This record gives sequence, C-alpha cells and structure tokens, in this order.
Amino acid sequence: MPPASRHKLYLFPAAGHYKLRLAGAFLLKGDQFVPEPPLERTALRMVDIEKYFGSVCALKDVNFEVGHNEIVGLIGDNGAGKSTLVKILTGVFPPTSGELYIADRKVDTSSYSVKEAHALGIETVYQDKSLGEKQAMWRNFFIGREITYPFGFLKVREEKKVANDIMVNTIGFRGKGIGVDSKANKLSGGERQGVAIGRAMHFEADLIILDEPTVALSLKEVRKVLNFVHKIKDAGKASIYISHNIADVYEISDRFIVIDRGEIVASIAKAKISMKELDEFLLEYSHGLKDKVQQ
Amino acid sequence: MNRGPSRFAFLGKLEGLPIGMVLAVLYVVFIFTAPSVFTGYRIYMSFFQTVPPMLVLAIGLTFIITAGEIDLSFPAVVALSGFVFTWWFKTFQTPLIGFILAIVSGSLVGYINGLLVARLRVPSIMATLAAQFFWYGVTLLIAGGLQINIQEITTTKIHAIFVGRLFGIFPVQALWALGLTVFFWFILNRHKFGEAIMFIGDNAEVARVMGINVEATRIRLFTMHGVIAAFAGLLLTMEINVFFPTQGQGMLLPVMAAVFIGGTSIAGGQGVLVGTFFGSYIIGSLEAGVVATGIGGYWVQLVEGLVMAASVILNVIIGEEGISALSRTARKWAVPAQAPPGEGSRGQDSA
Repeated sequence: MPPASRHKLYLFPAAGHYKLRLAGAFLLKGDQFVPEPPLERTALRMVDIEKYFGSVCALKDVNFEVGHNEIVGLIGDNGAGKSTLVKILTGVFPPTSGELYIADRKVDTSSYSVKEAHALGIETVYQDKSLGEKQAMWRNFFIGREITYPFGFLKVREEKKVANDIMVNTIGFRGKGIGVDSKANKLSGGERQGVAIGRAMHFEADLIILDEPTVALSLKEVRKVLNFVHKIKDAGKASIYISHNIADVYEISDRFIVIDRGEIVASIAKAKISMKELDEFLLEYSHGLKDKVQQ
Repeated sequence: MNRGPSRFAFLGKLEGLPIGMVLAVLYVVFIFTAPSVFTGYRIYMSFFQTVPPMLVLAIGLTFIITAGEIDLSFPAVVALSGFVFTWWFKTFQTPLIGFILAIVSGSLVGYINGLLVARLRVPSIMATLAAQFFWYGVTLLIAGGLQINIQEITTTKIHAIFVGRLFGIFPVQALWALGLTVFFWFILNRHKFGEAIMFIGDNAEVARVMGINVEATRIRLFTMHGVIAAFAGLLLTMEINVFFPTQGQGMLLPVMAAVFIGGTSIAGGQGVLVGTFFGSYIIGSLEAGVVATGIGGYWVQLVEGLVMAASVILNVIIGEEGISALSRTARKWAVPAQAPPGEGSRGQDSA
C-alpha cells in the first residue's frame, strides 16, 4: 500500500478504495461510505452494464443512476471508458450485457438505436460532431427528424420558423447577423455548442449528454456553454456532463462520478466535497493506482 | 466581418448565378463572333439534342459529389443500358420491357457500387473505377464488340415520348432533362434524402450521431445514380438509333467538368444543381461554338480549358459570400497590404 495521505484518510476512512471499486457506487455520508439509496425518479439507470470489444473489456460492472433533474459530472482519464458509456446510452452501439432503464422504463438494448434514444428523450452534444459545417442552421436543427409533407419533402417554412424561435428565445441569438439561413461554419465554437444544446432542449430532451463540450473553446465561450447547462437544470431536465476540466464539472454538477479503466470508482455528492478536495482526490487516486500496479 | 446586407445580397442567393453569367457571356460572344450560326434557331435545337444525356448524367454525379463520393462507372452504365435495350428490342420487339430492363441493369450496377462503398468501405474512386472496367468489359463481351442498329425504333411510341420532336423541331429530351433537373433540385434541397446526402458529404460522423442511416443512404445514392445513368444511356441510344459498344466512353471528363464548373464542391456537403444545368450547356456548346467562330478546330480545347478555369474561379470567389465578394477580392489584389478589416476573424476562431 502507498503511504496513506490526509485526503485518502478523509475519503476512505475504513474501506480503502479497492473495496470501493469492487462494490460500485457509494455515497459519502459523514466519514462513512454507505450504498446510495435508490433515487425515486431517474432519467437513466444502468445495471451491470458491460462492454467488450473482442476480448478487450471496455466497461465492467457499471451501475449508476441519474436523477430526473440532476446534473451528473462524469470524470475520467483518456481511455477510462467515458465515450463507450456515452455511445451505449445514445444507441450508437449496444452493450455486451446489462440492463438499461430510461425514465424508469427498461430498454431492449439489442434493438436500441440513435432514433429510439431521441424518441425516449436522450440528446447528445458532442465536442465537435454536433453540426454539419456547410449546412444552414435550420437544417442543422432538424436533421434526422425533419418536419415533412407526405413522401418526405421538407416543410422548410415551418422548420425555419421553429429554428428561428429556438435561436432567439432559447439560445438568445439577437441581431448578430446570424439567422436560420446562416451556415454553421459562421458560428463560433461556443455558439455552435449553444445551438446543439438549444436543439436538444427544443426536442424536449429529458437527459442531455454533453461530451467534452468545452474543449477548444475560449474562456468566454466556456462561460456561455456553462450558462446553457444551467438552463438545462432550470428547465427541470437531467444532464450528464463529461469534461477534463474539474472547475467546469464542479461548478455545474450536483454529483460526480469517477470512472477509471472501465469501472465506476466513486460517486460523490457536490455538497460533500470541495473543489480542492475533489481535485486532490482525483490526483491521489491516480497515484494510488499507479502504486498498486507497481506492487 | 461583412455581414451587413448589401445592395446585391439578393443576387448571392440565386443558385448557380456565376455559372449562369458565364453561359450568358459565352452566348453573347458567340452571337457576335459567329452571327450566322448563333442567331438562327438550328444550333440551339442541336444543343437540345446533344446536351441532355450529358446533363442527366451530371445531375446524378452532382448528388454523388455532394455526398463526398465519386462515381467513375457511369460511362459503362451508359453502354450497358444501351446494349440491354437494343438487344431486347432487336430480339423481342417490345421496347417498353427493354427500357425497364435497361433501367434495372443500371440500378444493379449502382447497387453493387453502393454495397462496395457503404458495406465493404472500399473508397468510391476505386470501387467505381473497377466497376467501370468490369461493366464496360461485360458489355463488350456480350455485344461481341459489334454495334446494333435499331432504325425501326423511330416508329415506336417510346421513341416519340423520350426523344421525339415537339412541333417537328424541338427535341423532347431537352424537356426531360429540364424536368429531371427541377425534380432532383427538389430532392436535393427540399427532401430529407437530399438533406441526408448533404450532411453525409459534410461530415458522415455528424450524420450518424444525428440518427441518419449513413450506410443505407449511400447504397440508395449509388443505386439512384445507376438508374439515372441508365436513363441517360437510353436517351443517347434512342436518339442515334444505334448502340455501339464504346458509347459513353468519352463522357466521363465532360460530365465531371459540367458538375465542377457548376459550383458543386469536390469537398462534398453542397451541391448546385442549377449550376450543373448551366455547366452542362456550357460544356456542350463550347465545341460547336468555337468551331463556328471560324478560328479553327485546334483552338477548341484551349478555349474549353479557359472557360472552365474562369467558371471555377468565379465560383470560388463568389461562392457563399455573394456577388459583393467580387469587388472586394479585386480591391484586395490591387492593394495587397490592406486586407479588409475584420474579414475572416470569425471564421478563424471557429475553425
């Protein structure tokens, strides 16, 4: 064992984190870990989800929940399994085993798809693949679920009207020369993420997944994105926010879930930990693991 | 940051404007340099007769290029569909069934192309290059390298419907080509299939995470182009009343040129069908026009190259920014040190 530090003592009074890892998600109460009580209404619940690519295990024994109006920060290093988790949630590919519940209803994971995820109210905002660069804003709002006449012809006027409504009222574009006919490549990074989030909110998403939405944005743009996430909370929706930036995650999340090497290693309510402690915990954690490997 | 509405902003919204201007200028030049030919109606009737097969092919290719793919196999489809039609007509005397079979043969070639590209993920340039050789070879083989005359087709209804003469002079195929341009303009710009094509050409990963079935759309796209190419082959075969095994072989580059000078970007993501329409007529008129001016046949290719370059340059400059970019670019070239203030700054931080 590595020498116990002050923070480790604080965070792992009795169990040590190996036990924590085996047992899945815990809540910090006083200085004791107790299993989380089940939430009453969940936007999402994953039970024993596993994912193998060939013989490589990408996710193992993943159990976690997101409350119906909860912002969960998902933290993990590169290759920890965050993207795999997101892709399972959003129907890009199925898990190898395990159960997935969306809004407390079980989902058939074998037939689950992006379209079904949309129908069930799950929307995803990706770091860089949310918008078609050369396409007009109104097309970007409705791609994949167009408003159409019979035979699939687009109701352009209606799509533009709704898109304009979202841009002005939900996202707050005002008189900046950006309209529904502007192409996405005329927007700044933060504006793009705003559009992607606005789109998600328009389609009445109950759970919005933000996958590294602030990478490559300026500080001012990051602020805009964080403000959009606050709007998600205010609108009574749930969100999973994935980021490397502890400061961002800490500000907007109600709870933090730490994932490492395909397993969930901690679930900590914001009220129970300061940003500094969270930061140090993550540092200690990665150091602790390294020591373990060396032994 | 030139975002304010300019007096000419509405012009920029007209699709295919630069290339339309080139076509107009070209015809004006021809009218002055070869008045005896270009003030009569006959040369135009001749264009309406020869350009449609090329235009129809270019419509299909515009979709393919918009999706970020390429198809080099359509000349072989032109030959194959022509053979299937003439052989069936010669053997069974039922032109309608021959017509349908020819379309089916084109769709089959396109479908196989689609499978190779979408399922096996063979780059489309390789898959369709192989298909071009293979299906051209198949056509040569089964046709025994011989041409087939079908003079008697001229008395059939199907001939009158597709390549007949309206009022005895106007080639009907020009109307078919125009109708198809309008129809496919709506498919590309006002239909969810066209929208899916544009997003796939723009960024297939975005299309996928937004719930578009990228694989199925690509297969449909190539199948559609096979059908379109087969139709072009039929127009050509019926117009000249003869199938010859090498038909379509000279069309690859002119058709690609028509699409590109029309303003469709090789990068994919946007297609300009109006530009393709004008582009086809430019490519189809140049040779006859240059010869008619009397400067000599050796000039033809040189002038063709010049016009293509001019069209593409116009498209690049005007592009999305509209007509006002012309004067701005001219100013920038005249005074290189003084870049217009703020221009491109938004584009940079969002790139």
